[in-house]
Amino acid sequence: MLKVLKSGFYTTLQDQGRFEFRHKGVPVAGTMDDLARHRINTLLENAANAALLEITMTGPTLLFEEETNICLGGAKLSATLNNEPIENYHVYHVNPGDILSYGRLEKGFRGYLGIKKGFISDLVLGSVSQYAPLTQQRCLSDGQQIGYETTALFEPKLSDLKVRSYLDNSELKVALGPEFELLSEGQQKQLFAGSFSVSKENNRMAYQLEEKMGEHSISMLTSATLPGTVQITPSGKIIVLMKDGQTTGGYPRILQLTQEAISILAQKKAGDRVRFTTV
Amino acid sequence: MSSFPITVKPFGETAILLEWPKEVEEDILKDILGFQAVLRSKLGEHWVLVPSYNSLTLICQKSNFDFPTLRNDILDLYGSERDTFILNRSLWKLPVCYDLDFGPDLKETADTLFISVEELIGLHTSHEYTVYGIGFLPGFMYLGGLPKNLETQRRDTPRLHVDKGSVGLAGRQTGIYPQDSPGGWNIIGRCPVPMFNLNLENPCFVNVGDRIQFVPIDRATFDLKIIEAEVGIYQPERIALDA
Repeated sequence: MLKVLKSGFYTTLQDQGRFEFRHKGVPVAGTMDDLARHRINTLLENAANAALLEITMTGPTLLFEEETNICLGGAKLSATLNNEPIENYHVYHVNPGDILSYGRLEKGFRGYLGIKKGFISDLVLGSVSQYAPLTQQRCLSDGQQIGYETTALFEPKLSDLKVRSYLDNSELKVALGPEFELLSEGQQKQLFAGSFSVSKENNRMAYQLEEKMGEHSISMLTSATLPGTVQITPSGKIIVLMKDGQTTGGYPRILQLTQEAISILAQKKAGDRVRFTTV
Repeated sequence: MSSFPITVKPFGETAILLEWPKEVEEDILKDILGFQAVLRSKLGEHWVLVPSYNSLTLICQKSNFDFPTLRNDILDLYGSERDTFILNRSLWKLPVCYDLDFGPDLKETADTLFISVEELIGLHTSHEYTVYGIGFLPGFMYLGGLPKNLETQRRDTPRLHVDKGSVGLAGRQTGIYPQDSPGGWNIIGRCPVPMFNLNLENPCFVNVGDRIQFVPIDRATFDLKIIEAEVGIYQPERIALDA
């Protein structure tokens, strides 16, 4: 078992998410930064859907009760294993009694802890991803235990991944959304003219942007939305839906982030700047 | 089956958006559902289909599909002679207790509409509403067909907490909150039947295209139905629409 000594600011269990019930209003959920999940699970030679911990801004303190192998990724959160600093995208062997703790947020916003064979938890509609009230808990709490399979020291095919970090990248690649053409020419230009800053209204459901566009009176009938759908409210506020975002909406869908851009945005916090560019 | 001018647009890397004329029309919805059945039989399991009002969104779990090819295939399929699928829509009779405990805005809403509480309940329960979409929250239905004399403003200040099962009125809409959530609708009653139940293989029995009629029940019946719901032995009354 993994014992959560301190849960941190907002730590959740996430996998790829749930896809099958979108037509019944169920959000995808799953890791906000799929790129990090993919890299970690690849290094650990796990299934793509193996569950990880998603760690937001301030990390937890965790006690491993059995032998295993772990890999961190995503944001840089000054992690230490038994007080020794450890790096992202590197596979570490863990002994019973080892303690993983986190320090200062250095870069990015969401860190990930992957474990050999993935964390074990009840499936809800095909996924362990925490999304209340479908799952009883919305995030981990102090003292909780999470299951994992004991694994002996393993020799990874690749123990260390020297990847180009996207944490400094502020460019969000987008496709034009279904209602983009209904915007005025001025608004269309404004979207690509400068940068926007992330509002403090940002979470797993949606990221709002600080700078407003002009008002609009575009009306549409409620229709499907996706993670990465950029909406504009009648007052001109820009909202980017994320993984826990609602499955349908009535605001114009002006842009659609690429899968990679969703990962990039997932690593931004209030005040960070982003800009849109077309694919 | 009638045919409408439809458009097929890309929606990011992972989805395709099919749009019908921008009208809230049951004929359009039926055409969408018929075509959804055709596409469902042709597309692989990794596609999820989301119908809503005048659109059908096809979402691919794997990315990388060839949009121009698929677009042509979809348009060919739509234009071609095809089997009529029996839609298998349902009319669900859902019990609602219009008790003042459950409907804190019942009296005020009736006053605003210049009708009595009894007239409001009579109007609300005498119409069939069409499910034009399911979204916003798991199991939340977008219902169309509210009688004009039940149209109201939403509350000036949304409530931070609305109880699961609450039945509300707002603008041209009526509906049920499928879970506890914040909300700005005028709450007039409560439905004891869970609209989303994880313990069932099909957690949400309603489908887009179905119809809903509310049936008034008293407090004792409500209490009984709540227990049925908790035990999982409830069976909402269903009438087949396309039999």
